[in-house]
Amino acid sequence: MIAIALLLFMAASAFWLVRLRNLFAVVMLSGVYSLFAAALYLVMDAVDVAFTEAAVGAGISTVLMLSTLALTSRTEKSHNKLSVMPLLLVFITGGVLVYGTFDMPRYGDINAPIHQHVANHYIEKSAAEVGPPNIVTSILASYRGFDTLGETAVVFTAAIGVLAILGRVKGQGMSTSRVAYRRKEDVEEENKEDDKAVSDKKETTS
Amino acid sequence: MIDIPDLIGLLNYWVVIVLMMSGFYVVIAQGNLIKKIVGLNIFQVSVFVFYISMGKIEGGSAPILDDAIEIYSNPLPHVLILTAIVVGVATTALALALVVRINAAYGTIEEDEIQAIEHEEEDVAC
Repeated sequence: MIAIALLLFMAASAFWLVRLRNLFAVVMLSGVYSLFAAALYLVMDAVDVAFTEAAVGAGISTVLMLSTLALTSRTEKSHNKLSVMPLLLVFITGGVLVYGTFDMPRYGDINAPIHQHVANHYIEKSAAEVGPPNIVTSILASYRGFDTLGETAVVFTAAIGVLAILGRVKGQGMSTSRVAYRRKEDVEEENKEDDKAVSDKKETTS
Repeated sequence: MIDIPDLIGLLNYWVVIVLMMSGFYVVIAQGNLIKKIVGLNIFQVSVFVFYISMGKIEGGSAPILDDAIEIYSNPLPHVLILTAIVVGVATTALALALVVRINAAYGTIEEDEIQAIEHEEEDVAC
């Protein structure tokens, strides 16, 4: 089955990503992961979601992360210990979730509860009530229009947030934490003292 | 009694849970802030895959109306996830902006180093 193969590819890239230290490779691999997800959506009949994921998830996200990398650092500090507590927590949570899936309707089951309610109305009536042949468009723009309005509000808020966080940088320069400043001064003073000590030594030896 | 063909229908959900947990592990166990955001993205996409696989109907086709098609997959999860993808990118952008700001203030994006600086700062204040 193509779907399972794609899912396994995604799992492989996710595992590899956990191990990697080079942040550039991590970001590119997350782009690959998104692209696999897009292919998977296509297999599962979600064409609109597939091209949104390919453009926005694999495209814009990757560009944003790469530009962040350019402004920060490119490699992760290596502390290669595998932490036990988080691993334990992850396995317990995963186990409980797997236990929960036994009550789920099986994949592709036409009698699943999710297919019994409002979706049928959309499929049967959307051509007459809204118009466009693409049902997803009808729901997005008409039946769940307020949802889309809320989404726009979120994106707008996020844009304002990003501007508020980064916009001041050009004008007045970013404030650095006091200790970071102090550290720099300390280091410079220590260097001076070291230089002095070295030169003193030189004098005494000469 | 374990019914193997019956359980194959759950395989999708299990792989989704594996993906979800690997993202979760990155978020809680690894110290680099950019990597944490990537982990959050992995988690997010796994939830999307979960929704889309619930909407799939065996033998169905993409929800675009045509006289030749009898069964359509459920379009409602598709709409919800379309919204979620866009919101996800918006939150990612905000998080990355915060990382850039943190890097400017502390000179590092490693969580433990930031905490060390914070503790030192408290000691200085006392």
